[in-house]
Amino acid sequence: MQETFYDVMRRQGITRRSFLKYCSLTAAALGLGPAFAPKIAHAMENKPRIPVLWLHGLECTCCSESFIRSAHPLAKDVILSMISLDYDDTIMAAAGQQAEAIVEEIVHKHKGNYILACEGNPPLNQDGMSCIIGGKPYLEQLQFAAKDAKAIISWGSCASWGCVQAARPNPTQAVPIHKAPGIPGNVPIIKVPGCPPIAEVMTAVVTYILTFDRLPSLDRQGRPKMFYSQRIHDKCYRRPHFDAGQFVEAFDDEGARKGYCLYKVGCKGPTTYNACSTVRWNGGLSFPIQAGHPCFGCSEDGFWDKGSFYDRLTDVHGFGVESNADEIGMAAAGVVGAAAAVHAGASIVKRMAQKGDKE
Amino acid sequence: MANTEVTRDGQQAVYVYEGSLRLWHWINALAIFTLIGTGYFIGSPMSSVPGEASENFFFGWIRYIHFSAAYIMIAGFVFRLYLAVMGNRHSRELVFPSFTSRKWWAGVWHELKWYAFLTKEPKKYVGHNPLATLAMHFMLFWGTIFMIVTGLALYGEGTGMGSWQYEWFSSWVIPLFGQSQDVHTWHHLGMWYIICFVIIHIYAAFREDVMSRQSMVSTMISGWRTFKDNRPVDDDTD
Repeated sequence: MQETFYDVMRRQGITRRSFLKYCSLTAAALGLGPAFAPKIAHAMENKPRIPVLWLHGLECTCCSESFIRSAHPLAKDVILSMISLDYDDTIMAAAGQQAEAIVEEIVHKHKGNYILACEGNPPLNQDGMSCIIGGKPYLEQLQFAAKDAKAIISWGSCASWGCVQAARPNPTQAVPIHKAPGIPGNVPIIKVPGCPPIAEVMTAVVTYILTFDRLPSLDRQGRPKMFYSQRIHDKCYRRPHFDAGQFVEAFDDEGARKGYCLYKVGCKGPTTYNACSTVRWNGGLSFPIQAGHPCFGCSEDGFWDKGSFYDRLTDVHGFGVESNADEIGMAAAGVVGAAAAVHAGASIVKRMAQKGDKE
Repeated sequence: MANTEVTRDGQQAVYVYEGSLRLWHWINALAIFTLIGTGYFIGSPMSSVPGEASENFFFGWIRYIHFSAAYIMIAGFVFRLYLAVMGNRHSRELVFPSFTSRKWWAGVWHELKWYAFLTKEPKKYVGHNPLATLAMHFMLFWGTIFMIVTGLALYGEGTGMGSWQYEWFSSWVIPLFGQSQDVHTWHHLGMWYIICFVIIHIYAAFREDVMSRQSMVSTMISGWRTFKDNRPVDDDTD
């Protein structure tokens, strides 16, 4: 019989007391009642570990960096051992042929029963040559591993939306996982966007899948509802200043010192779906807005291509210079207004001329 | 025409805009001005108010007025659709222009020439002139629909998943435009589109009041259209 999660944890020297604490914490993190802690414990004690392949395409490894910093130290240890992380080229010991053989082995041995975690995305131009893994385009490795996966997790904004390598003009034609060719349509894809995603969100998504043996419920764009159903703005601790009408105007003004709302310096909290304002970062220590910097919406689709990080409107292209909606609108209204004024003048002249004719 | 009378000075007068339609027009106008004003300040807030956050709800009130005016405009819009079906024939024009009529398109062309000072005399209309109908249909009617759909999608983000605004609007509008910020951007552009309409509409109404052969501004107040001559009308609605 395969090892269970609990076996692995005990082998790693984790006490039963710590294990039960972890189960309670996970239940709380997932928004479940206290009654679910024993259920999680039961699942951990009885279910065999699910193999996970963690592939890296075009990426910066910030997702991995975030993941290994999962706040509760226990969670980090547990997740790294409980998911049988068979392949992750950044942190695994194996290398070369030996490492690549693992992918093949998992795909054959655990057909339809392994999770494919994707960090980064495949480039399509130049036959995918902009990202080579083990001598082959990453796209081929991805397609091979995806076809028999139980589910795909798209870690981070790269895998979910495309992120910086897919930003205009996207020379390598990098595409997010769900848009890559050859990904079977029947394999569910869970998007966990963010650059990087919050560590606890990443571990909780994996824990949820393992514990309940089903995928978390997803919104229309494929993100787990439990972490991506609300905007940063909805749970922001500076929200009272927003409602009061107290805004930071510049980064060194009195408002900034008083911790006013960052809306006017371009905070994208009102347009960004993520859990930063509730879960926060680095063990709940802080998050960008708490540190005095506006959210720039790293978990939103195409956030590199929406103009300045400090502007709440998207740049509209095709007007020669990039301008935002209000600039274009004001110019249009100005032109219409000026046209109306000129037209009114012409109308008056015409009317006077007609009157002159009659007289 | 049953609703035609002759005024004391021997001129024809036609009852064009029913009371319910005039009420809609002015409520809608008020709602649009309120929405533009509050909407602009939501996008570009005023200077901070002094004092503790717990003592103030200034920005909250601006947003509250924006949302209230929006609901009034939506209710009015639904009522306007009802009038387009159940009201008199003039209330149909804005919603269902006579796109299939050649005479109507000729009227549009004639109006364009009239506005380009290329023709000496305008035509005489009981209802809207075809160019005005065209502007109202594409700028006001579809512009309003666009603002209602994008507006409810943005509002649904606040009311959250499970609310009807989210399920009916946010859930599909936001992915359609890309992401929330794009919907905001388009909602701003929509505002400027409506502002352009308002400028044109008000200017044209006053200009036509002076230059055309029928009454304009007073008609939307009293409902009666009066004419400056007794020659036949050029409407294409019958």
